[in-house]
Amino acid sequence: MKNNSRRGFMGKAFGAVAGVGAVASLYAMKRSWDPLPSVKAAGFTTLDMSQYKENELVTEKWRGKPIFVLKQTAEMVKKAEKNPKDLERLIKIGNDYFLVCLGLCTHLGCIPGYNPDEKSFLCACHGGMYDFTGEVTKAPPPRGLDIPPFKIDGDKLVLGEEGPEYKKMLENGITLKA
Amino acid sequence: MAHFTKAKNLHDWLNQRLAIDTLNRVLATEYWIPKNINFLWAMGMILAITFGLLLISGIFLLMYYQPNIDLAFDSVNYTIMQEVGYGWLWRHVHGVAASVVFLIIYIHMFTGIYYGSYKNGREMIWISGMLLFVAFSAEAFSGYMLPWGQMSYWAGMVITNLFAGGSLHADGLVEWIRGDYIPAQAFLNRFFMLHVLLIPLAIIGLIGLHFGALRIPHVNNQDGEEIDFDAEAKKYLAGDKANSKVIRFMNDFLAKDMMVVGIFLILFFYLVFYHYDFAMDPVNFDPANGLKTPAHIYPEWYFLWSYEILRPFSTDVGLIAFAFAQVIFFLLPFLDRSPNAVPASRRGLFKYWFWAMLIDMIILTAMGKVPPEGVFSAIGFYAAITFIGLWIILPFITKFEKKV
Ligand code: FES
Repeated sequence: MKNNSRRGFMGKAFGAVAGVGAVASLYAMKRSWDPLPSVKAAGFTTLDMSQYKENELVTEKWRGKPIFVLKQTAEMVKKAEKNPKDLERLIKIGNDYFLVCLGLCTHLGCIPGYNPDEKSFLCACHGGMYDFTGEVTKAPPPRGLDIPPFKIDGDKLVLGEEGPEYKKMLENGITLKA
Repeated sequence: MAHFTKAKNLHDWLNQRLAIDTLNRVLATEYWIPKNINFLWAMGMILAITFGLLLISGIFLLMYYQPNIDLAFDSVNYTIMQEVGYGWLWRHVHGVAASVVFLIIYIHMFTGIYYGSYKNGREMIWISGMLLFVAFSAEAFSGYMLPWGQMSYWAGMVITNLFAGGSLHADGLVEWIRGDYIPAQAFLNRFFMLHVLLIPLAIIGLIGLHFGALRIPHVNNQDGEEIDFDAEAKKYLAGDKANSKVIRFMNDFLAKDMMVVGIFLILFFYLVFYHYDFAMDPVNFDPANGLKTPAHIYPEWYFLWSYEILRPFSTDVGLIAFAFAQVIFFLLPFLDRSPNAVPASRRGLFKYWFWAMLIDMIILTAMGKVPPEGVFSAIGFYAAITFIGLWIILPFITKFEKKV
């Protein structure tokens, strides 16, 4: 009997040590799968906003992801002004308005195509559609195209840094943290 | 210690140490198989052989493949296809087998469903089989990434995005799975590891479990007859082979198995040599480009049905429906409440249920391939609803089935 409880105690003690070791190694495994620091630090992208032409979609690259830049025409801005939510999605630099967003469908991440005549985006994967401010007009995408963190710097735009205009968009629920 | 005597010959030497005679008896010569089973029961052997072909061809591909985003595409499409002697053969065998293996798995599964081979003591066979199906799916998906073509890249993008859980917006989890913001080097390396090491190990373990699960309940038969294997085996061993309902696995049944396997292999190598392209998506012959999505993204044919269940709904509902489709087959032995383990044709409403399910999955597969527009969207939507509905009614229609 005495022997038994001694074995039982040894078993439990070993179990406890092994348990701690198992949890620790699970944590190590989890951390090994994390993105590397060099990936996380993948720099900032600066865009010169004076070079874009109206109603012409340009795809830039940030953190390996495509970024859509669409300079709005006066007519588009007027249309957006009718719906304040739409205007809030646009970034104003000087007197110009831009849509700057992640070029990845918020459904499952395909790249939507832009049709300049209809001024809308179509995601061919599952038929999702967006208007020229990146707002959804046809499901399945659950929300408008996400806007990357940005900071306005004169007529330049720094992607990856969170400026006051971006923070305001987050607060107003215009975009999710991308 | 066991008692060892001086061995008379090599066989005796091995037998004393490895009990090869006992093994041979338990696994082959006295492993009893019912007589009344048709060629559909040979699918298990075909799967084992196809897995062997995948393993061997994979080993040869592994020697020249480069798991690097800048080199992967050329290592497959140039080095292996053009430079390596007979490299094309391994690639075509590997590609065709990866596709055909799913065709056989589906036949194997539907054979099991038709004959009720998941019931009354055979539940573990079914569950271990479904685990194998999941493992093969993961294996196929991770392998599809490796040539780093356009479809590889975008399939990787779309499938890993599923893990964001729709409105849960778990982007951190997606980035963790990828090891980057987008599918990139870390992603390719870890999927390479999964494809060549971890998942194959799991598959081999699961094959062991699947075979083990068969050992006690034995294989079902065409009439769903409950055979007393011990009594029938005695009859056979006593020499009354004609009246015994069972035969030896080896060599009796193996002869039939091998004939079916032989026919299969002829078809298989016909595909390898003359129609290997059916297993390869033309879009995947463009190198991966993270800034351009192909017009239509669709998975390989064997995933189309579950992809189509995801597609016609809004994101969250779609994800739930998709998750439902992934797990529901596991529950089949418990959702089918009827006591009968006989062919579907001799059962009640289940007979219609079986064919409705099969046809519905074929429709889903066809709709998954076409672009999601107009009437196709509608058909896909109703087929997805039908799929879910069929599973919901299954316990009810089987509950009232009379015992046959
Ligand atoms: S990924 Fe765009 S609609 Fe599905």
